[in-house]
Amino acid sequence: MLRLEKLVKTYKTGDQALKAVDLAVPEGQVLALIGPSGAGKSTLIRCINRLVEPTSGKVNLGDVELTGLSSSNLRRERRRMGMIFQEYALVERLSVMENVLSGRLGYVGFWRSFLRRFPQSDVDEAFRLLDRVGLAHMADKRADELSGGQRQRVGICRALIQNPALLLVDEPTASLDPKTSRQIMRLICELCKERGLAAIINIHDVALAQMFVQRVIGLRFGAVEFDGPPEGLTPEVLTTIYGEEDWEATIETVDNEEIDEAAE
Amino acid sequence: MPMQDVKGQKIWQRRTGRESLGHWVIWLIGVAIFAYCWQQISSATTWFFVWDAPRIADDIWTRATPPRWEYISQLGKPIWDTLNIATLGTIFSLILAVPVAFLAARNTTPSLLLIRPIALLIIVSTRSINSLIWALLLIAIIGPGVFAGVIAIAIRSIGFCAKLLYEAIEEIDQTQVEAIIATGASRWQVMAYGIVPQILPAFAGIAVFRWDINIRESTVLGLVGAGGIGLQLSSSLNVLAWPQVSLILLVILAAVVISEWVSAKVRGAII
Repeated sequence: MLRLEKLVKTYKTGDQALKAVDLAVPEGQVLALIGPSGAGKSTLIRCINRLVEPTSGKVNLGDVELTGLSSSNLRRERRRMGMIFQEYALVERLSVMENVLSGRLGYVGFWRSFLRRFPQSDVDEAFRLLDRVGLAHMADKRADELSGGQRQRVGICRALIQNPALLLVDEPTASLDPKTSRQIMRLICELCKERGLAAIINIHDVALAQMFVQRVIGLRFGAVEFDGPPEGLTPEVLTTIYGEEDWEATIETVDNEEIDEAAE
Repeated sequence: MPMQDVKGQKIWQRRTGRESLGHWVIWLIGVAIFAYCWQQISSATTWFFVWDAPRIADDIWTRATPPRWEYISQLGKPIWDTLNIATLGTIFSLILAVPVAFLAARNTTPSLLLIRPIALLIIVSTRSINSLIWALLLIAIIGPGVFAGVIAIAIRSIGFCAKLLYEAIEEIDQTQVEAIIATGASRWQVMAYGIVPQILPAFAGIAVFRWDINIRESTVLGLVGAGGIGLQLSSSLNVLAWPQVSLILLVILAAVVISEWVSAKVRGAII
């Protein structure tokens, strides 16, 4: 459904963040993108919805080629790609409801959105989503009154109300505590399954990634070093992605998870 | 090098010997310039007037007190004009300053090379000319009266408001804007949802701050004929009616104190 062909991004400073990345994501697949800081993970997902303009190569979403679109057509395609951010990126001074409804901006005209007169169906959907993530009672709170985990849930609602086909998720758990991180990852993966969404999740926490996704992509210096199931992440593989380190502890947690799951 | 190695012990000093000598010389030059200027000013001053000043001040004080309280009946309209000049001038200037600020901010300007310099030029040129001088020019163009004062205040305030506002725009959190762009929002929607909520507190603060300044500025505009209480002040000064002057000064003081109080309240409510 999503296909990247020879995607290259070279920044003005001359840093090559992406070196001819080829990647195909089938419908409904949740994949994790791991790699050291500066490997180009953020750049990769920002090149997909063109928050960062790729230098060359192609991005195809369904049968639409995103890289060649004019700005108005690009806006229409962006509605099909929900994005979730590391620091939540909620508009701090707007209410939770306004933040969720801002996911509908691509569908609603300027004056309606400016006067906050969203269609009733959008408001219904917003309440449904807030209820689904357990925040229905928070709708009138200002976004900056919420805790990190709650903010990220609002961020998830904002992405989902776009009715997207693909979720682009940039370090969803990097600012959260371990327990909330798991809850958020679980929520994202559950919602993807419910709605049949594909997702690309940038993530630092290898163990967490292994726990939840079906496929892992390892990125190093802007090139794909690993592409396979989470079980394939052996110490040797992690060494090629991140460099020399003792990986036993990381792998061990994974084994335990697997045993747990097998026991259930 | 401030770091020295003396017998195996590392000694750190803030400056090397050469640097501290340089600093000493700069201070010496500064003091010498100050002494020279002092002497120049001193020889150009007619000291008789200076020694005489306390006696004259005392003389004016006795003439000006008590204020002529019954004159207050004629000050209601002028102080109302002054408040209107300040308020309308501030509103007009904000209407003009908002687009200028968006054109001047690095992250919202449509063109860094052409439009941003023009916007910056508007900011600098309106800021650099005093409102009294704007008023003089405008009186020549549109005649004396309150309207000239309003326009003078409005023009003078554009630069101030636009400069503070564009700095606020440049300091917004860009990830919130990115998030709105990623939803497929149009350019105007990105402004309304991503940028405006972030700069609203700054905008309100700037507006009341400038209104506060404008009340003080508009009190003197009447001196050149642009309406308001300054008109009364200048005519009273011209006929040496000191009790009236002291009452006018008291009224101005009261107006400024009230405006300070209002703006402090408003700013407190917003932030």
